[in-house]
Amino acid sequence: MTGVTTMTEPLLEVEGVDKSFPGVRALHDMRLELRAGEVLALVGENGAGKSTLMKLLSGIHTADTGMFRLGGESFEATSPRHAQELGISIIHQEFNLVPHLTVAQNVFIGREPRRGRLLLDERRLNADTTRLLERLGLPLDPRAVVGELTVANQQMVEIAKALSYEPRVLIMDEPTAALNDAEVATLHELIRRFVLPHTGVIYISHRMEEIKRIADRVTVIRDGEYIDTLDVASATTAEIIALMVGRAIDTGARPQGVRADRDVVLGIDGLNTKALLKNVTFDLREGEILGFAGLMGAGRTEVGRALVGADRIDSGTITLHGKPVRIGNPADAARHGIGYLSEDRKRFGLLLDQDVRANIALGALRDQFTRGGFVRDRDARATAQSYVGTLRIKTPSLEQTAKHLSGGNQQKVVIAKWLAKNCDVLVFDEPTRGIDVGAKEEIYQLLNELAAQGKSIIMISSELPEILRMSHRVVVMSEGRVTRVLDADEANQETIMHYATLRPDENPDDAAELGIRTGS
Amino acid sequence: MAAVKTQAPERAQGGGIAGALKGSLQQLLAFASLIVIAAFFSFASPYFFSYGNFTAILFSTVVIGTLAIGTTFVIIAGGIDLSIGTGMALCAVMSGVFLVKLGLPLWLGVPAAVLFGGLIGLVNGINVALLKIPPFIATLAMMLVAEGLALVLSDSTPIYFTEAPGYTEISTGNLIPGVNFPNAVLVLLVVALIAGVLLRKSVLGRYTYSIGSNEEATALSGIDVRRWKIAIYAFAGLFIGLAGVLISARLGSAQPATGMGYELQAIAAVVIGGTSLSGGKGSIVGTLIGALIISVLNNGLQIMSIPQEWQNVILGCVILVAVYTDRIRKKEL
Repeated sequence: MTGVTTMTEPLLEVEGVDKSFPGVRALHDMRLELRAGEVLALVGENGAGKSTLMKLLSGIHTADTGMFRLGGESFEATSPRHAQELGISIIHQEFNLVPHLTVAQNVFIGREPRRGRLLLDERRLNADTTRLLERLGLPLDPRAVVGELTVANQQMVEIAKALSYEPRVLIMDEPTAALNDAEVATLHELIRRFVLPHTGVIYISHRMEEIKRIADRVTVIRDGEYIDTLDVASATTAEIIALMVGRAIDTGARPQGVRADRDVVLGIDGLNTKALLKNVTFDLREGEILGFAGLMGAGRTEVGRALVGADRIDSGTITLHGKPVRIGNPADAARHGIGYLSEDRKRFGLLLDQDVRANIALGALRDQFTRGGFVRDRDARATAQSYVGTLRIKTPSLEQTAKHLSGGNQQKVVIAKWLAKNCDVLVFDEPTRGIDVGAKEEIYQLLNELAAQGKSIIMISSELPEILRMSHRVVVMSEGRVTRVLDADEANQETIMHYATLRPDENPDDAAELGIRTGS
Repeated sequence: MAAVKTQAPERAQGGGIAGALKGSLQQLLAFASLIVIAAFFSFASPYFFSYGNFTAILFSTVVIGTLAIGTTFVIIAGGIDLSIGTGMALCAVMSGVFLVKLGLPLWLGVPAAVLFGGLIGLVNGINVALLKIPPFIATLAMMLVAEGLALVLSDSTPIYFTEAPGYTEISTGNLIPGVNFPNAVLVLLVVALIAGVLLRKSVLGRYTYSIGSNEEATALSGIDVRRWKIAIYAFAGLFIGLAGVLISARLGSAQPATGMGYELQAIAAVVIGGTSLSGGKGSIVGTLIGALIISVLNNGLQIMSIPQEWQNVILGCVILVAVYTDRIRKKEL
């Protein structure tokens, strides 16, 4: 820590950095400048090179060429541990916590205080952690087991762990991806109170409102190259997005109201599950996008999973085109033409190590692409190829491994899988999570096109702008119940938040009054 | 979007060839190591490089190879089968029961013994897929059950097939006239071909890869994963039965206590052949090469008079090297 950092001298500088992987140039002539005491937002579409840059800074990869300076001194991080010793800490989007250990054990993992050489000093460990947590104003119990904490609190443990190294540079990769609005506010307060005076923060996010709230400057990168750095106070969201995608974005018109003349495709009546759902009732019409809004834990995802038989239903009826159906597992749901697109594509949606063709053909394999128990690869190929065209999936070939596609294109592959299966009810859980702005627009356009074709869509989303923009009607949930079904013209941030925060016992159990039943 | 179904498919450029090359690289590596090892022994010993010795190597590959082919399916599907060794001994005993004790004709008794292997696999599959017992535990239990049953059903004594004329021909006979090429090798090559085609081209094979790649995503795609897992284990079980027939036909007797240990050799062959123990990847060709590498090593080291104990040490090292090079290769790509 020799270099003197002043306002004129940047804390962290990156200059002329190139990094290639076999067959891909990930970064070219990359630049970055972080000042002490600021939050620098780093934005770019998925695949723009943000992760690669962060991996270079944190010592996971090393650069081919280029210069890194911290406090005026050049450095090259050779391992995550080395980066940490230099004063660069990173909080990854996916947590690096050991779920079975306590908060304190996680914070001090790898450098536990000891008594003598062999014994752990559990008491000092907890005392040190208590002090750290108090300093940060985090209401956490050092002895709590991390796996039993909420996602938001796990995030706080990650932050406490990162700050316990007293870093000069703190990198946060999508820190709010799994947080609700209140938790985001707490996180931002924490950043402002404790991080800023001593350090610089690089804040990677897709959420523009957040960047406007927390960041001082924003650096935009695109296709592995530095584009520009703007002062957040004077830059508009549209400006930033335009730099990210390299073209102007149409923010889109609000959808028309419910088309009450269309047939009810799917009727859910009095759905209960042991875990959470209470008397969930709603209708889905043909060609409709039905938004599902609510706070974390309201039960939106659970409705989607129960509907496709992924979770057990204790009571309630599901009717499809007027006929009651029994859905005991996802195979039943698929047979009835109900497809589920999970919020966690990598875990529940894709065969990551398999190619695009195999992923698209997976669901419809037996119905369409086999004869006598053997796969007709030419048919599967032709179908996959036609969806790559119509859904505008960007992939070098059908043999590309799914894990090498960007988030948006992975999502399109999953959509193609269900379309190939001829599903006419599609349940999207967070359709644009982890997808960059440009690709989001494409997904939105695709959803509108699918609805226009007569597909019925359930769209579960935590992003209110997305709900408002896309939904013909909005089902609002709170604590496992539907508290209101809003028509497009009644739905706005305020009405949705009102019903999302309703305590269910304040909620009159009258379906007609709630607008749950559409017409008749 | 109205054009979803109508747009004419286009050919993707180049990807096919590149993909195929990438997929078979591990097989090429394994094959290259096989050649290197064989070349080494050819120079090290004058007795190694001969038609007679090559046939002997192939002959000794048959049992491990057959077991390994079935196990390849289970491992690609993300499972493991420890019951194949003692299961094989049990099937050999069952073959003796059917042919000798019950006096069934060959055309009935032999398929029955093979199907009995399928039954073992079916029970494994039900335990794994329906009762949700982890494959390691379920098949470990089956390994013990099969070992015990083989001893019980045979009164712990070998059953000789002297009263089942023609039985030993299944392994040791020569269907191809004029050439010394044992039938067992022929059987191995034929079932390997069938298994290879099924793995690559059949629905069973495709779902084997899908389940191994991502079981949850496969289930959520509307595929009845439980049913297919049972099918995969049962199908693999047929190879246990076939191996039981082949080994007892070769020995002329069903040896109830000889199965233990074969399962690990077979799994070793699968792993050396580039199949990932975490599932989703692998091939029959790779497995065959893996089994051949084990046989060539055993044979060559024997010819060079290296003691049995050292052969196992070397085999262990080969497994480590094989898996390690696979890891390095994956990192580089």
